[in-house]
Amino acid sequence: MFENMSLLSLQQYWWFIVSLLGALFIFITFVQGGQTLLYNIGKDEAQRNVLVASLGRKWELSFTSLVMFGGALFAAFPLFYSVSFGGAYYVWMAILFCFIIQAVSYEYRKKPNNFLGSRVYESFLYINGSVGIILIGIAVGTLFTGGHFIKNEMNLSAWTMHSYGLEGALNPFNVALGFTLFFLARVQASLYFMNNIADDSIVKNAKIQLFRDALLFLGFFITTIVMLLVMSGVSYHNTFFVVSEYKFLHNFLNTPLLLALFLLGTFLVLFALFITFFRKSTKGIWFSGIGTVLVILSFFCLLGFNATAIYPSLSDLASSLTIENSSASHYTLSTMSYVSLGVPFVLAYIIAVWRVMDRKKITSEEIASDAHHY
Amino acid sequence: MDSTLLVELSRAQFALTALYHWLFVPLTLGLSFIIAIMESLYVKTGDETWKKITKFWMGLFAINFAIGLATGIILEFEFGTNWSNYSWIVGDIFGAPLAIEGIMAFFMESTFFAVMFFGWDKVSKKVHLLSTWLVAIGSNLSALWILVANGWMQHPVGMEFNLNTARFEMKNFFDVLFNPNAISKFLHTVSSGYVMGALFVVGISAWYLLKKRDILFAKRSIIVAASFGLLASVFLTLTGDESAHQVALTQPTKLAAMEGLYDGKSRAGIVAIGQLNTDKKIGDGQKEFIWSIEIPYALSFLGFRNINAFVPGIDDLVLGNPTLSIEPAQSKIDKGKVAIASLKTYKEAMRENDNTKATIAFQSFRENQSFLGYGYLNDPAKIIPPVGITFYSFHIMVGLGSWFLALFFFVLYFSMVGKIETKPLLLKLAFLSIPLGYVAGEAGWIVAEVGRQPWAIQSMLPVGIATSSIDPISIMITLGLFATIFTGLLIAEIKIMLKQVSIGPEGEAHV
Ligand code: HDD
Ligand code: HEM
Ligand code: HEM
Repeated sequence: MFENMSLLSLQQYWWFIVSLLGALFIFITFVQGGQTLLYNIGKDEAQRNVLVASLGRKWELSFTSLVMFGGALFAAFPLFYSVSFGGAYYVWMAILFCFIIQAVSYEYRKKPNNFLGSRVYESFLYINGSVGIILIGIAVGTLFTGGHFIKNEMNLSAWTMHSYGLEGALNPFNVALGFTLFFLARVQASLYFMNNIADDSIVKNAKIQLFRDALLFLGFFITTIVMLLVMSGVSYHNTFFVVSEYKFLHNFLNTPLLLALFLLGTFLVLFALFITFFRKSTKGIWFSGIGTVLVILSFFCLLGFNATAIYPSLSDLASSLTIENSSASHYTLSTMSYVSLGVPFVLAYIIAVWRVMDRKKITSEEIASDAHHY
Repeated sequence: MDSTLLVELSRAQFALTALYHWLFVPLTLGLSFIIAIMESLYVKTGDETWKKITKFWMGLFAINFAIGLATGIILEFEFGTNWSNYSWIVGDIFGAPLAIEGIMAFFMESTFFAVMFFGWDKVSKKVHLLSTWLVAIGSNLSALWILVANGWMQHPVGMEFNLNTARFEMKNFFDVLFNPNAISKFLHTVSSGYVMGALFVVGISAWYLLKKRDILFAKRSIIVAASFGLLASVFLTLTGDESAHQVALTQPTKLAAMEGLYDGKSRAGIVAIGQLNTDKKIGDGQKEFIWSIEIPYALSFLGFRNINAFVPGIDDLVLGNPTLSIEPAQSKIDKGKVAIASLKTYKEAMRENDNTKATIAFQSFRENQSFLGYGYLNDPAKIIPPVGITFYSFHIMVGLGSWFLALFFFVLYFSMVGKIETKPLLLKLAFLSIPLGYVAGEAGWIVAEVGRQPWAIQSMLPVGIATSSIDPISIMITLGLFATIFTGLLIAEIKIMLKQVSIGPEGEAHV
């Protein structure tokens, strides 16, 4: 069935899948957000152990989603993979470093004879949750604001600035997006803790923390959205590229479905905050989680549809990347599409497993008595 | 920009990361099955000792697993960061197995890892056991897909070069998946993981027996691991033989380097052990070895399943051998240069909308395309990988493989007759063989990867073309950082492991 689809529809389909994976990844970064809150919410060592244990059961999901996002981009849009990773070298490397140190920290933090000491592992978790997420925001921001690359006739590319992507951190939009994601991750982390842990004092602390982070999140979120709506983007027609004003505003208006996704997502996040503060609910994470996925999905889709460049080049407009000029071949995309049918199945078993595992909330007694906790 | 330096540094960084990844992966591959077998015994017999045994090895498994993930994510992204031209030129084929690996294997591994590790009281015994098996299956599936990708680099199939996009595109997915090279690689590599998992369990248990502690635990662990290890070793030898056969068919330069063979011959023997003559140059007629012990006919048989088969040597491959119609490397380079020039002309013609010119260039490209990679080389001698390191690594691997087979046999035999505790020498050797397992595995990869030089994709893409265009200095920085971080984490892992082993299965696992 997929082999009969046009190349363009396959490209759009794959941009959608990649966007969905990106959105799921951003949702799961509540793990990273939580890592930055260990000392804000956990008032003593016992409480921190509970927090770490609660996050520790999910960290691999966030890690694996990042890997999956990278793998899907590679297979579906190899030119994007090649241009961005090979060019914005320092940014991606910095992100990777933030993830290496996460991977070992849960397992090693409390082990005797762990060489670096538990404080160091905790600081690794903090760096992963702060620098790591902000840099990811900056990297994603450059999809909207562009990168300094050129590509030749053979589609081989090079970066024209020797800061290799770090210059992206000077763009206010990228930075605003980075901080939006950072505070979003923290908001979701507090909501997650409240849902996952049965401990009054932790729940109380999480709620206070949530209030602060929610205000900051809303501030950055609104800034980002306003900047997005007024900024220019790059449109293309065949192989011609032009800078067009209010590109993303137009994309929203031209694609009401995206606008609806975006508004619904935003509403759900706000609704989550509302029921948490005014209805004493601990189910906020579900609404904010779905809301986050919808908002981020609509964000990525703004780039992939309406003849928009997914990666404008600031050095040579004609080198800009689109889903059409950077994708894999028709054969590979259609073959991979069959594989993508496995995604719902994977999501289903992940959800099934976690429903069972989280049926009972975590308590401090359980963590204190279990030898196999983190 | 110094492009040789850039290539060397990119290779060094990839080699460092891959070699580190391979310190952790084999244990995941092997130990996951050993644990699953142990837990099956627990569920079947209901004997709590088996549960304790399972949990102990699971604890060590988790410590190792975490760094495996940390190094793996770097490898995946390094294809983009350091080999970005590679990622474009072959990404249409190479990206697919990587993505499938993510969907099919990594999520399975990490989801069920959580159940296996935290779910003892949350799910039923049966579901828990199933999860443990799924972790083992998931990790082996991830090996399958990554080795399909690697097998394709060694022997590219199922693709065609598209002149318009200037890249290789996939034409047949199943050719890529069932590439004989990939299959033998997969089987040999996972079995090497099983052997290493078994060496680990046998070695640590041997240490307990030498210390006269945790006797029941150690004896039971040894029986499971040594049986598994013996089976895996037999399989490893068979699949190693098949790997060599595949190399002979598709990568003759690698085979020649593995055996230090310059002057090709029929009825070629294998050098069981020997010292290479380092003064030896291509075509100078000097002796290849200072001294050596040979097994007659073995190389012809191993390579081509026929003792009379001719095995081409380095001289034949570089200089050509008219009697056996082996083409000289220079002639391949010339054809490759024609292919590259035709591609350029084709591009020009397309820009100028000149159809006739484009058709002629297209045809000339197709005629020479199987030599495309050679066109980027300037010196025929460059088609030969470093001989010394390939030769010695290969011999170290094979030698150790024979030793492990013997080790598992004796350990199992004496365990079965109940005398293992009275064999301190054997126990010591078992303990000392743990690091040897790692040596053998790393040596194997060096054979495979260094032996493939100068190609990133055999005959199609030399490493020099495959890198990203970045300043060498930026790679120096990241290389230094990786070396520091990975080494720091490795030290942490070893310290933690040793501590957990000395605490033992009876102690509280941790604070
Ligand atoms: C415990 C580790 C171990 C042991 C004892 C052996 N191997 Fe091995 N070997 C590997 C671990 C390994 C490996 C790490 O898994 C490699 C690297 C790449 C690959 O495909 O497998 C490998 C590669 C490799 C290759 C190169 C494949 C290629 O270049 O594509 C050959 C020809 C052999 N092996 C042959 C053997 C033979 C004849 C052995 C005799 C017993 C043997 N190996 C023992
Ligand atoms: C985990 C086991 C592996 C180890 C220990 C390993 C080792 C190495 C080494 C030592 C090099 C440097 C060779 C040289 O430059 O002389 C290398 C290069 C490379 N390997 Fe591997 N490798 C492993 C698995 C793989 C796999 C599975 C793939 C592909 C899926 C792969 C792809 C590459 C690439 C693209 C390069 C760089 C290009 C080159 O130098 O040829 N490796 N590897
Ligand atoms: C050079 C190519 C390689 C790349 C790009 C790569 C990539 C990765 C990645 C991204 C992970 C983390 C997965 C996660 O988040 O769950 C990982 C882990 C793993 N890889 Fe690799 N890998 C390579 C080589 C290999 C080889 C050669 C094997 C086996 C034959 C292997 C087997 C595994 C296994 C079993 C894991 C599970 C984690 C662990 O062992 O700790 N990988 N790899």
